[in-house]
Amino acid sequence: MTTLPASLIEIDNTSEDPTRRAPLVLGHERFGTVTAKVCGVAESPRPPLAWYVCFGISVAVLAMLGVCVLYLFITGVGVWGLMNPVMWAFDITNFVFWVGIGHAGTLISAILFLFRQKWRTGINRFAEAMTIFAVICAGLFPGIHIGRVWLAYWLFPIPNQMEMWPQFRSPLLWDVFAVGTYFTVSLLFWYVGMIPDLASLRDRAKTKLAAIGYGLFAIGWRGSNRHWHRYERAYLLLAALSTPLVLSVHSVVSFDFAVSQLPGWHTTIFPPYFVAGAIFSGFAMVMTLAVPARQLWGLKDLITLRHLENMNKIILVTGSMVGYAYGMEFFIAWYSGAMYEKFAFINRAFGQYAWAYWIMVSCNVITPQLFWFRKCRTSIALMFILSLVVNVGMWFERFVIIVTSLAQDFLPSSWGYFTPTWVDVCTLIGSFGLFMTLFLLFCRYLPMIAMAEIKAIMPAANPHGGAHRAPEAHAVGRAHA
Amino acid sequence: MTTLSPHQAGHMGQPGRRAAPKPPPTYGMAAEFDSPAAIMHAAEAVRDAGYRWWDCHTPFPVHGLDKAMGMHATILPWIVFGGGLTGGLTGLALQWFTNSTGFDFWLLVPVRGYEFLISGKPAFSFPAFIPVIFELTILLSALTAVFGMILLNGLPRWYHPLFKSRRFLRASDDRFFVVIEACDPKYSPAKTRQLLESLHPLSIEELEA
Repeated sequence: MTTLPASLIEIDNTSEDPTRRAPLVLGHERFGTVTAKVCGVAESPRPPLAWYVCFGISVAVLAMLGVCVLYLFITGVGVWGLMNPVMWAFDITNFVFWVGIGHAGTLISAILFLFRQKWRTGINRFAEAMTIFAVICAGLFPGIHIGRVWLAYWLFPIPNQMEMWPQFRSPLLWDVFAVGTYFTVSLLFWYVGMIPDLASLRDRAKTKLAAIGYGLFAIGWRGSNRHWHRYERAYLLLAALSTPLVLSVHSVVSFDFAVSQLPGWHTTIFPPYFVAGAIFSGFAMVMTLAVPARQLWGLKDLITLRHLENMNKIILVTGSMVGYAYGMEFFIAWYSGAMYEKFAFINRAFGQYAWAYWIMVSCNVITPQLFWFRKCRTSIALMFILSLVVNVGMWFERFVIIVTSLAQDFLPSSWGYFTPTWVDVCTLIGSFGLFMTLFLLFCRYLPMIAMAEIKAIMPAANPHGGAHRAPEAHAVGRAHA
Repeated sequence: MTTLSPHQAGHMGQPGRRAAPKPPPTYGMAAEFDSPAAIMHAAEAVRDAGYRWWDCHTPFPVHGLDKAMGMHATILPWIVFGGGLTGGLTGLALQWFTNSTGFDFWLLVPVRGYEFLISGKPAFSFPAFIPVIFELTILLSALTAVFGMILLNGLPRWYHPLFKSRRFLRASDDRFFVVIEACDPKYSPAKTRQLLESLHPLSIEELEA
């Protein structure tokens, strides 16, 4: 580990001076210190004590998930609080919640890449990791909620003994393809980005096990420029492919609802509204993970306050978009003149689930407005708390959409009220155990920050910098031209 | 270890050494630099000297180095286009066959189209097929982009003569290398070394094959 003067770490790079770009990497003047710092996390024989504590808790919560799922498999979906008419509740809420979380990772890695937002390099690797783990958590729920799990292969177009095929006109089947593609492409994107960094870890490996482990996955990468050329082209193509993909995934998820006839679900605003909400919740989750991670491993010079502030701005924008969508839903319900539509929305805000609705509004629309103030955007404690609040709010958004619409639809005689059972609640909490276990393992053993990309945006990486090592002031000035 | 210290002035024309065991065959010669500007300059010099079998190794992609090396653009995007087209057509054919036809044939197992009426939609409901066509286009394109890139790069290759060099370990950290291969027609231990020395590298190393 390298030690940096405190003054360098504390530099405030959030203020905007139009005559020059604010530095994105603080304190590192040389490439070697970046490698040492990032690899140092994976190489240190012992992670910080906090890691052990978090990992222990996460594994225990993961075990609880295992117990819940096993109980569900043995007994059947009756162990959940599902009832007539609420036949979709926590399972689908959790699915939509987790898929949404993943969207921030892809947005950072693909869309910000296409827009040449160089600040993404500090956070893209673990945002992408977060995407993959979130999609794993999401994939769990449709997998276990089908009742007879041993028939899960019915989801896929596989020739079978019944000589039947899936019904491709159903949005539920589109979902299988959308989420499956999303997971595969996110995994590829994450892995391709990691190849050069795995090679760094391989080249620095002190033990045989590390050399073989990292070496196997580094597939013999040797930084050849002829390879870099194709690599960069492939990376650009992946970004260009992931951009429409990420917008399509939550659109397809929203079709699960929008294509139905149910008041409260049957609206055309759903695709963009779901995508904005997904990005909103995902950035909140990136923040929830980034704030402790940079603290724990001393990565404040790579994930700077500027990175966090930029994320807060995105949270503010997407949160306001979500707020607009909430308002527009009400307007359309009124403007449509449809009785059931009007009832669905008045009932959502003032009916039996009003408590959930107002939790959603206060968490998603009201509290993020604090980010209009620079003091709030740059306060670590506040942004961490707000990110947790947004996570809660976005889970409730999906709960409100799914459950309130089902509980009271066209026929008052079949109205009902859904109450979760302990299995519902423990499965939801357990999915966080799965997520955190995977994430903590990632932090411990893999390069948490994209070293090769960070080096490429450092002032010293500019080949036209003149001298072999440009003087700092000069280099900072023309850093990211 | 012979690999660590560069052979002095090559291994030819030194009568005193003839009796010693034959030196191992050479892979090429590597020069080490410490900045993107230096490697850029070196790449231009090696390109202009007319070498063809050579490469630069850098910890991150150095912009402008492709041009400095005189490289051509990769055909990867065209391959990916083919992959995407295949994915899209596969999605269309899959949905058309399974939901819109009653064909029946053997392909290891009996395969039969399953044409059935649902909510009064036509058997071939193209608008409803678009999402799956789109997803499969993206899926096949992405797989082609990644595996095409890896295969065009000749990877995975877990063994390479460069990995024997201890100095080269820093190519993934903070050092920049120009490597000229011995199979290049213009390669000569003395002249190549002379060229590389004129570029003021941190070190020059002859690599064992």
